[in-house]
Amino acid sequence: MAKVAIATRQPAHAGKSLGGHGVSLKVLEPASRMSLRARPAAVAALSKAIGVTLPEKPKSSAVKAGRTVLWLGPDEWLVIDEAGGDPIGDCASVKGLHSAVDVSHRNVGIAVIGPNAADTINAGCPQDLSLAAFPVGAASRTVLGKVEMVLLRTGEDAFRLECWRSFSDYVWGFLSEAARDG
Amino acid sequence: MAGSYRISGQGRLTPAKTARFTFDGKSMTGLAGDTVASALLANGVHLVGRSFKYHRPRGILSAGAEEPNALVTVSRDAARKTPNVRATVQELYDGLTVASQNRWPSLSFDVGAVNDIASPMFSAGFYYKTFMWPKAAWHKFYEPNIRAAAGLGVAPDQPDPDHYSALYAHCEVLVLGGGAAGLAAALAAAETGVRVIICDEQAEFGGALRYEKGAVIDGQDGWSWAQDVVAKLAAMDNVTVLSRTTAFGYYAQNFVGLVERVTDHLARPGRDEPRERLWQVRAKRVVIATGAIERHMVFANNDRPGVMLASAARTFLNHYGVVVGRQIGVYTANDSAYAAAIDLKKAGVGVAAVVDLRDNPSGPLVDEARALGIEVNHGRAVTSVNGSQRIKSMTVQAKGGGAERTIAVDALLMSAGWTPSVHMFSQSRGKVAFDDATKRFLPGTYAQDCVSVGACNGFDSLEDTVAQALEAGANAARDAGAKSSKGVTLKVEASEGWTGGMLGSGPGAGAGTTVKAFVDFQNDVTAKDIRQAVHEGMRSIEHVKRFTTNGMATDQGKTSNMHGLAIAAEALNKDIPAVGLTTFRAPYTPVTFGAIVNHARHGLFDPTRKTPTHSWAESHGAVFEDVGQWKRAWYFPRAGEDMHQAVDRECVTVRKSAGLFDASTLGKIEVVGPDAARFMELLYTNPWEKLEVGRCRYGIMLREDGFIYDDGVVGRLAQDRFHVTTTTGGAARVMNHMEDYLQTEFPDLDVWLTSVSEQWAVIAVQGPNSRDIIEPLVEGIDMSDEAMPHMSVREGMICGVPTRLFRMSFTGDRGFEVNVPADYGRAVWEALWAEGQKHGACAYGTEAMHVLRAEKGYIIVGQDTDGTVTPNDAGLDWAVGKKKTDFVGIRGMTRPDLVAKGRKQLVGLKTKDPRTVLEEGAQIVENPKQAIPMKMIGHVTSSYWSANCDRSIAMGLVLGGRDRIGETLYVPMPDGVIEVEVTGTVFFDEKGDRLNG
Repeated sequence: MAKVAIATRQPAHAGKSLGGHGVSLKVLEPASRMSLRARPAAVAALSKAIGVTLPEKPKSSAVKAGRTVLWLGPDEWLVIDEAGGDPIGDCASVKGLHSAVDVSHRNVGIAVIGPNAADTINAGCPQDLSLAAFPVGAASRTVLGKVEMVLLRTGEDAFRLECWRSFSDYVWGFLSEAARDG
Repeated sequence: MAGSYRISGQGRLTPAKTARFTFDGKSMTGLAGDTVASALLANGVHLVGRSFKYHRPRGILSAGAEEPNALVTVSRDAARKTPNVRATVQELYDGLTVASQNRWPSLSFDVGAVNDIASPMFSAGFYYKTFMWPKAAWHKFYEPNIRAAAGLGVAPDQPDPDHYSALYAHCEVLVLGGGAAGLAAALAAAETGVRVIICDEQAEFGGALRYEKGAVIDGQDGWSWAQDVVAKLAAMDNVTVLSRTTAFGYYAQNFVGLVERVTDHLARPGRDEPRERLWQVRAKRVVIATGAIERHMVFANNDRPGVMLASAARTFLNHYGVVVGRQIGVYTANDSAYAAAIDLKKAGVGVAAVVDLRDNPSGPLVDEARALGIEVNHGRAVTSVNGSQRIKSMTVQAKGGGAERTIAVDALLMSAGWTPSVHMFSQSRGKVAFDDATKRFLPGTYAQDCVSVGACNGFDSLEDTVAQALEAGANAARDAGAKSSKGVTLKVEASEGWTGGMLGSGPGAGAGTTVKAFVDFQNDVTAKDIRQAVHEGMRSIEHVKRFTTNGMATDQGKTSNMHGLAIAAEALNKDIPAVGLTTFRAPYTPVTFGAIVNHARHGLFDPTRKTPTHSWAESHGAVFEDVGQWKRAWYFPRAGEDMHQAVDRECVTVRKSAGLFDASTLGKIEVVGPDAARFMELLYTNPWEKLEVGRCRYGIMLREDGFIYDDGVVGRLAQDRFHVTTTTGGAARVMNHMEDYLQTEFPDLDVWLTSVSEQWAVIAVQGPNSRDIIEPLVEGIDMSDEAMPHMSVREGMICGVPTRLFRMSFTGDRGFEVNVPADYGRAVWEALWAEGQKHGACAYGTEAMHVLRAEKGYIIVGQDTDGTVTPNDAGLDWAVGKKKTDFVGIRGMTRPDLVAKGRKQLVGLKTKDPRTVLEEGAQIVENPKQAIPMKMIGHVTSSYWSANCDRSIAMGLVLGGRDRIGETLYVPMPDGVIEVEVTGTVFFDEKGDRLNG
């Protein structure tokens, strides 16, 4: 076994970036991701275990120490860890009813940043992305053109977009086209 | 001056800014800001096209979006060619090429004009009567010839090189229309701070202020006021101002479609600029300020070039500085046309006479016209005009008849009154109501959160319009949640008030006449046609419309609907509201396919999904096939191999040594929770409670009706955790199916479903050497037969990364499926490939996968099943838990039809000639000598050449198939009948020894 070369991680579109009219796109670094489902009784214990209080307000998120938790449904969260942690391992000892599934490699993260970031996303996303309706920290599972995505507002002019790995070609292509439109 | 009909000191265009264009090859000059229509008129051109049916010469009727006549083809280059463009809407730019339509060989000499002489043949409903016999001639002769003779422009024959964009937008108040009403409403709404979007189809805002001279608002003339308001709105952060933007459709819950024409007016569009941008706006409140459209008068030859709407002539003069003639006549039933006569007279144009149908026209406009020395003929009508390609004179007669007087004119301006534009209101599903006093349909009952203001709401005076619009704008903002309310007031100091008008045909074109008095110009419908429709039994306006095609052209009857309705009502001897109004439908004006499709072209038409090892397969010569949205490696031809040879080699190699196959596209669902096994019991036919941790089982999923829905191997990773696989095509719908049942039927279960289809790359390693290839790379898993028998799953490490290693087989040989996190897929594949090379293994594609599984009789759901196949039909009774009392489909399975004898069953088929490969989908019969149509008793579902069996193999669904094993059946094909023997479905290694071989 010692002779075997360790497999290297080869994410889709690694390092890709593009500048458009008032917007830039960048494929984000690989991260650990967890799909977390839980009954209300387990929320407190899970929050403690992962170190971030699970948000319970629709379309919201919480972030702490490189770990972001996005509310996706009444019993569903997406945890994104960019600090090299192991959210699945952190949940292992929690007794309350929950399901923690590793989806680290399922998604590709893309940053959309700039004054035209919202318009670029709105080319294919029907949600109201004004700051009033979708403030910094807002999160939603929604669509971009013909595919599903998870959208997180990380700043007034900045979004993190997560899509499934095999849809990343389409999403990147769609955003690149939309970014042409100033 | 750009054009000899351009008058110095008139209009708002800049004389120095010229733009060259060609019309039917002739070079002309216009001004920046011109439309094609104004530029042509400036050059003295009135004849711009031929009509749809009769090929009659046609000119320019209007100055706006309602134009039915002046349809031209505009082109930028060979590929950028747009037919049927309204010359009154297309803005001029330097280098624009314009061509007239529906004429041959030329606009002035058109062979098709014979249709005009033969017009009695083409009266209303001629389609349905004349071309019925013989029946076969319709497709072959009548239809193609009628299509060639009728019609308008020709569709472009090259791909559209432009790109189109799209944007979803949200606002509190959306204002449709940027005339005085729209601007006032937008201003009042915007001042409260809420988000406002205002759009207008014109290049510049202002609406009717474009031609009205009398308006003074807040001390400014109307047009200047409008431009100032637009500038003010555009400078506000909460306002989006969209010119050249048409609201074309009003859908549910205040969802409004707008199309913005971004570059159609530019001589040199930027590379990144989309030609058009589709806006899909969700508004809390909508203010409809769409104005009114002037109607023409219905009299003989009212379609001749030179005859136009009075407001159009006024627009050409007051905005574009173009006079439409040197000596004009006016025919009206309404005050507003007097303003046109006055403006033209003051600009130095001869006004021969105003002919007013009313007996006693009065008011300031009439007085002013008289004061300017314009002859006013009241109680009289224009009964015809003379001149074909341009009018020369008008014939005037008293209403009741009598002596005719011919007056020389080169243009005739007409107005039958104004029709409120209730299109958007009606599209919102609001109900219009007929106002008997003013003989017009107005917004009645609202269906959505919108309000109509101004002329489209029946307001005739500017003062009332602005006052109502201000209030409506502020109210809309307040109702949409505006916190503040900053009152806006506007003082209307002067305006033009218009009253009067008439509906239907005028004198000389009434009942009993046969003159060509056009109601619908674009579809060549005359007053006589509408009466004929009534005469032939049409009673509903919907029938009259379809019989005559009145209002069914691309202009949607903007100028014609009310006249058509009035004529039908008169013929039916009914009131207008009793006859009804036809429905207004989207789009308001034609919308390009490009705008609708926008980004969804080429690679963005549909997502193309690729697996983590796609690039490896590509670099190793794989030929790919489309499986849903996925690209899957189909086969890996080596130099000199065709598909057949490659697949044969792959199939043989897998059974001789081993093969690597990318199975990443399989759907994968992680089922987690204390009730996971109970849930699996309910969703699959198989038993799961007793499946040990670390073991796998082939599962079948049914629909409620008892038919097979999906299948796949499921591994139990822990007491409360299953790794479920689905078919590639079933991935999304199986997940939805499971979630649906979980949420609606079994919400009491403590279990959750997570799609992990894309978390795991799956590398199938199949064949006798498969274990030897994998084992050296694996850590923490004992892969011996004792420790890891067939149908088991282990978690451990491969190449230093986590794996879920399944021992399972879709080939019948010893096999494994290596699951690794997707980003490691390519690296692990390469490591396995390197090991495989030591054993002479190959990479194989989906075709070999299909052959190998067919050799073993393994079904593919969707190929060997079609949604009407039960587990028993497919020979899979063994997979149904006999002791189970409940699962989805258990009751469906016992329906009488599903347990009756004589169902189609899956069997093997061996051709008598082993070299003959059946065609999938071919029908099977008992007796090939019976008369056609033969009784078909089944069909071939899978068929391949099997190199391992050295013969063809096939499966099929055959009536009572399992009882026919050993029988000979027949497959009739175009080039002969193929004899087949019915067999079992396993063609290779019947005992199954090789699973451990």
